[in-house]
Amino acid sequence: MPENLKDQQAAVPETAEKRFVSTHEPAPAPVMAEPIFDVRDVAVFYGDHRAVTDVTLNLARNRITALIGPSGCGKSTFIRCLNRMNDLIPSAHVEGQVIYHDQDLYDSKIDPVQVRKRVGMVFQKPNPFPKSIYDNIAFGPRVVGMKGDMDEIVEGALRRGALWDDVKDRLKANAFGLSGGQQQRLCIARALATEPDVLLMDEPCSALDPISTGRIEDLMLELKANVSIVIVTHNMQQAARVSDMTAFFTVELDAGERHRTGRVVEYAPTDKIFTNPDDERTEDYVTGRVG
Amino acid sequence: MTGAQIAAAAQRQDTVIPRRRGREAAAGRLFTGLMYGAVGLAFLGLGAIVRDFASDGVPVLSWDFLTSFPSRIIPASSGIESAIVGTVCLMLICAVLVVPLGVMTAVYLEEYADPNRWFNRLIEVNIQNLAGVPSVVYGILGLAFIVRGPLSLGPVLLAGGITLALLVLPVVIIVAREAIRAVPPSIREGSLALGATQWQTIWRQVLPGSIAGIATGVILALSRAIGETAPLLVVGAGVSLRFNPDSLTSSFTALPIQIFSWTQDADQEFVTRAAGAICVLMIILLLMNSVAIWLRTRYEQKW
Repeated sequence: MPENLKDQQAAVPETAEKRFVSTHEPAPAPVMAEPIFDVRDVAVFYGDHRAVTDVTLNLARNRITALIGPSGCGKSTFIRCLNRMNDLIPSAHVEGQVIYHDQDLYDSKIDPVQVRKRVGMVFQKPNPFPKSIYDNIAFGPRVVGMKGDMDEIVEGALRRGALWDDVKDRLKANAFGLSGGQQQRLCIARALATEPDVLLMDEPCSALDPISTGRIEDLMLELKANVSIVIVTHNMQQAARVSDMTAFFTVELDAGERHRTGRVVEYAPTDKIFTNPDDERTEDYVTGRVG
Repeated sequence: MTGAQIAAAAQRQDTVIPRRRGREAAAGRLFTGLMYGAVGLAFLGLGAIVRDFASDGVPVLSWDFLTSFPSRIIPASSGIESAIVGTVCLMLICAVLVVPLGVMTAVYLEEYADPNRWFNRLIEVNIQNLAGVPSVVYGILGLAFIVRGPLSLGPVLLAGGITLALLVLPVVIIVAREAIRAVPPSIREGSLALGATQWQTIWRQVLPGSIAGIATGVILALSRAIGETAPLLVVGAGVSLRFNPDSLTSSFTALPIQIFSWTQDADQEFVTRAAGAICVLMIILLLMNSVAIWLRTRYEQKW
């Protein structure tokens, strides 16, 4: 056995981390992706109802992780744990640990506002503020008190959001005048303006036409050099096209059969999920037999 | 008939679109007619009132009428300056008090209060009820607690302004809540997801997004307060004052008070003066409502 290969084998112990070895495409970063989120036994409750349970995943740095599964399986609920957006729902509470840079996001000492500065989010429906394009981008840097020239920050964010050429001549125009796809790229640029570590995307293309969707997918592939992306999608082709890792969620009836609870069935490199999944339910879903 | 025949008949029937039935069409026309009648009646009543006071009042209107003090003796030289100044001052005091209080309450109820807590529900129910309390009751409240009692301000301008502010506060809270609720949750989520605090989100997104609705509601509430007579009578507004209020603690009168006192007068000429004052009050009301409509169309946020 050649020396270097042996080393690599030694470097991959028989743990969950092994699953990060992506066979999807030659990654720009080292083969071993370090985790950015270490999610352990997370369950989310709405009141007494367990909406999603037993989620244990490592989300890799500078990778795109797709969360797929049928409606009601808890993908969106789960992704909202990663920036503590579930805190906004009074009845929701989260059990388990979400470890981010060695800190549990649900530790009582953690300020959710500080979490959201580092973990940005893009929503299903583009939600620009009723302000100018410039002010939309500048809002985040202003509220978090970023230093530096605001014009530069805005231009940088719009360039990273692949929107600069579309809007550079009308920065003072109201953002509501943009098309749906442009609005969503504005929301992505807005999230990038505060220079987050992670970008969460909750079905970002479900309200967009295929051309706009394609542009956002290209954008995601560009962005992953700098940010880690977690995307919830109902579009399996999209998951297959852009993601490195895929988690398949499903929804099951509780023991009492009164509520439906989501859980992770399989988490693996995207290629494996779509070509050779271990679990029959994953295969049924990705081949379109159910869901 | 056999089963097959029944099935066939049923199928034939299904393919025929039923004709409009005469009775239903007549009922529809009758209902439309009734609604036009109701609208017409409302306009008729309004028109009759306007015609009544305008025919008496318009000839009275002149610059002198607006800039003279009322007289108890000579109707011809009697004007409404002190009443106009008093009404404007009352509205300003009322607005200054009611806007911050109403908006802050609305922000609390919409953005902070947990609707499942009993005291928040109690506050809500109370506000709804207070909006329906007759204005004379507010007058009694003002008399007992502001003019006399704890505050003991006496029958002064400030007491009148506070009483009117209490009167319109529930209405302002209700319209401000509606305006705040019209800001979609996605805007709040977008703001919070960028690392804004709840307060930054309210101050920089929710309030700017609802300010036009709030302003419109405040003006409409004030235009209700401007015509209130009973509470001002109860708190002791003066009649036919020959001076303008010069401080918060001076005696005051207001347009509806002046109108009320003139209509009580035995001298027909004074009653005509009342019609003139009504014209002025109506013009102020129309102006305020026009501003409200303009604000709404010009600045209201479409989401």
